[in-house]
Amino acid sequence: MGYELRVNPIACTGHGLCAELLPEIIELDPWGYPILMSATVPGGLVMHAKRAAATCPTLALLLDRSEDRRR
Amino acid sequence: MTALELSGRRPVLRLPRLLDGISYYTVTGLREHERQHGPLPAWGRGGRQRPDRLIDLVERSGLTGRGGAGFPTGRKMRSVATGAGKAVVVANGAEGEPASCKDRLLLTRLPHLVLDGITLAASAVRASAAYLCVHGRETDLLASLEYAVAERAAAGLDPVPIQLAGIPGRYVSSEQSAIVQYLNGGPGKPTFSPPSTHERGVNGRPTLVNNVETLAHLALIARHGDRWFRGIGLPSAPGSALVTVSGAVGRPGVYEIAQGTPLGQVVMMAGGPVERLQALLVGGYFGAWLPAEVAWKVPMCQAGLRAAGGSMGAGLVIVLPDSSCALAETARVVRYLAGETAGQCGPCMFGLPALADAVTDLAYTGGRGRGIDEIASLVPLIEGRGACRHPDGATQLVRSALWAFEADARWHDHRGPCAGVRRAPLLPVPGDEGDWLGGEDEWWPGGDDGDWPGAGDAVPGYGQGTWR
Repeated sequence: MGYELRVNPIACTGHGLCAELLPEIIELDPWGYPILMSATVPGGLVMHAKRAAATCPTLALLLDRSEDRRR
Repeated sequence: MTALELSGRRPVLRLPRLLDGISYYTVTGLREHERQHGPLPAWGRGGRQRPDRLIDLVERSGLTGRGGAGFPTGRKMRSVATGAGKAVVVANGAEGEPASCKDRLLLTRLPHLVLDGITLAASAVRASAAYLCVHGRETDLLASLEYAVAERAAAGLDPVPIQLAGIPGRYVSSEQSAIVQYLNGGPGKPTFSPPSTHERGVNGRPTLVNNVETLAHLALIARHGDRWFRGIGLPSAPGSALVTVSGAVGRPGVYEIAQGTPLGQVVMMAGGPVERLQALLVGGYFGAWLPAEVAWKVPMCQAGLRAAGGSMGAGLVIVLPDSSCALAETARVVRYLAGETAGQCGPCMFGLPALADAVTDLAYTGGRGRGIDEIASLVPLIEGRGACRHPDGATQLVRSALWAFEADARWHDHRGPCAGVRRAPLLPVPGDEGDWLGGEDEWWPGGDDGDWPGAGDAVPGYGQGTWR
């Protein structure tokens, strides 16, 4: 079972913590907003992805199980 | 079921259909409307026909949304009808495209076609509420629609009362999630999805949002049947469509075409080009530039335009003459779109002004050899990164400009602006026009709490150049 990352672009205000915690997947654009280099999270990074999602001050980084992406 | 059985009248198998019997001088009243098209069929009166049969009919007709996305209307109705809870119908008459007039034409001249469509859609999805949304600043339009709704209430036509709503006049406020958010008491800005509006919309209920032209087609399909609807147009894109043709043509205006009519023929319907052609902007400000020689034979329907790199959008065709600078025109539009951001998503809020700067530099001061590269590097930083399609629309326009006017762009990049940048601008951009004509303000600052402009405020008329 895989995990997928999404950014809620309305909630995101560009704190940039996610790119600090998950530089393997997330980098910042010139304005400080996250760019996901891949939506799926490799198994070894799931713990880091969870921490990044939990740390986001605006809860804009969403980590979903692959199947239940659309509720 | 044949068309005759459905309506008891002889159907029109030619064009115009929607615009048949239109008076460009006055609004068509209920009695004239019924004389023209026949009474509202039984579906609308909660009577003999089962409502889901109407959805079958719409699915068979192949009607697609005419607001821009081109989604199959029948499928949308089906998913709303089967959703959890009582449905809501929202008719979207808040035409966001500055150069488009088709929805306004329908609402100001043929309101009963649209209102018939709303009532039919409401009975098909068993809705318990129905809204018709137009820009709140258009007080004259709201008043005339109020009269039309009252006429129908007196005749007992609408079992679900149609409520009029004036929404903010921003470009993005006519996006469907923005309309739903406004009706829910919000500021009228696009929202993050999923859930989509057809699952959870107004008051959390399944909501059918349709463009007013789509609903007007529905009013005729319910009368004449699906076979009649498919009687013109292409098998893949049946029926007719309203298009707004403007720019360097002899008779700019709204025309009804059979879907799939070649773009060249559409331009000729509007009086033909009055200057040497350079390119056509098709679809709208989220559309694409097509060089004239490519565009002329392209069939005007979603599939045909997609194959040529454009889109049907809201059915817009703007004819750009050779003497205009396409990059300068694009720069003005991108600047306008940048100003119309809802300011919610970073890549749109910061990316679009940066893109507007880059395109403006290339058009008006030249790029010193780096202009095109700078634009090309900005586009992927913006595309697909907003909650709605607003940023993507702007990048699509820029992308198509760099493709269609590649040689021109390189000239600008290396040698500076061409002579065309000094020509009077062609594409209507509301902010600019306001400056020349005395402040037709698109923006309502602050929270947009539904405050309507006073009686003295400007109400835009048809097309460009007649905003007062």
